[in-house]
Amino acid sequence: MKNQNLYNYILTIADNSLILAQRLGELCGHGPNLETDIALTNISLDLLGQTRSYYQYAAKISDENKTEDDIAFLRIEREYRNCLLVEQPNTHFGYVIGRQFLFDVYHFMLMEKLQYSTDETLAAIAKKGIKEVSYHKRFSSDWVKRLGDGTEESKAKMQEAINDLWRFTDELFFMTEAEKEAVKEGIGLDVSSFKEKYYEEVSEILNEATLSVPENNYFTKGGKDGVHTEHMGYILAVLQYMQRTYPNMTW
Amino acid sequence: MTITEKPNIQKNIIPVLETVSDPEIPVLSVLDLGVIREAIEKDGLVQIKLTPTYSGCPAMDVIADDLKKAFSEIGKKAEVELVLSPAWSTDWISEEGLEKMEKYGIARPLSESHDKDVLLGEKKLVKCPQCGSTNTHLVSQFGSTACKALFKCDDCHEPFDYFKCLK
Repeated sequence: MKNQNLYNYILTIADNSLILAQRLGELCGHGPNLETDIALTNISLDLLGQTRSYYQYAAKISDENKTEDDIAFLRIEREYRNCLLVEQPNTHFGYVIGRQFLFDVYHFMLMEKLQYSTDETLAAIAKKGIKEVSYHKRFSSDWVKRLGDGTEESKAKMQEAINDLWRFTDELFFMTEAEKEAVKEGIGLDVSSFKEKYYEEVSEILNEATLSVPENNYFTKGGKDGVHTEHMGYILAVLQYMQRTYPNMTW
Repeated sequence: MTITEKPNIQKNIIPVLETVSDPEIPVLSVLDLGVIREAIEKDGLVQIKLTPTYSGCPAMDVIADDLKKAFSEIGKKAEVELVLSPAWSTDWISEEGLEKMEKYGIARPLSESHDKDVLLGEKKLVKCPQCGSTNTHLVSQFGSTACKALFKCDDCHEPFDYFKCLK
């Protein structure tokens, strides 16, 4: 493929949105109350919309005659480039919010920079996406504060989720080969450049939520290189079921 | 943000476009909503550029189909292309559209800074479309669709949607 680097780079960003949208979609009809149920599925919808824009673009530049659906549904696990954070399960509401919060702060910073990419399509998707992501970030930060500074139980659960998910945050700033190439070509951005700012903002909100900032420095990564946690296979089994069972089916 | 580019819409096409509405807010036509960026007829083909309100807005596919249908009913073929840039903003909703929206029961978007104040619960500024009181509070940042938030009026006690400011 002529544009292999760009193609891989698009997936590095888009797969995060797809897998997180799928995780949030699992909560449809299962949210803790009606308002949060609707909010989480609305966020899922925004992410899925962004994913479609990215995949349509990836399909367009791919010379293998691919469609957005092929990219979404017909890859094997090792070909998905999402970070490990977004594939973590909806263990309890604290985890749903913790995962969303840790991702949203990163996602917002990413969109902030991507909107100035020299690649016009990526810049347009980011300009559109950042408006939505700012609402997501406000929602998840509010909930971190509400649960953290809430009852004894909500605080314990929120802290448990943050402690547990913390080890996946470092990967967000790990640069894959595709990202390094994209930076060289001027279309991509150096995610490591806002790592410090990320931890500062996250810590500030955790402090405000009367939660403690985890101090462990054990981190795990691999998703961005296609090596996922055991949860990924189950996500794909559900996500891909229809296309695998009824190839080329459409709604 | 102001409209960076005035939409390029051919005059004789306007009456047809006025008949196509947003399936979620049926009182608003696609022109009221400001999602048509370009509509020109060339060699018997109507070329339309449509911009989504939100990336994942499911109404977009329906609107694109409805546009094609509206033109095919008058014997014209239409082509719809989705464009992302410049990104849609609530400033693009026409004044007439905002009035129709309020009559329909959806509170109109406030300015960007006021929008933030009400969504953070710091000020009471959203006007209840039922009784006109601003003694209202936020129930949920996300309402029946991604573009709206759910509010409740503390005077007439009716719940209602508020169209969030998007800039």
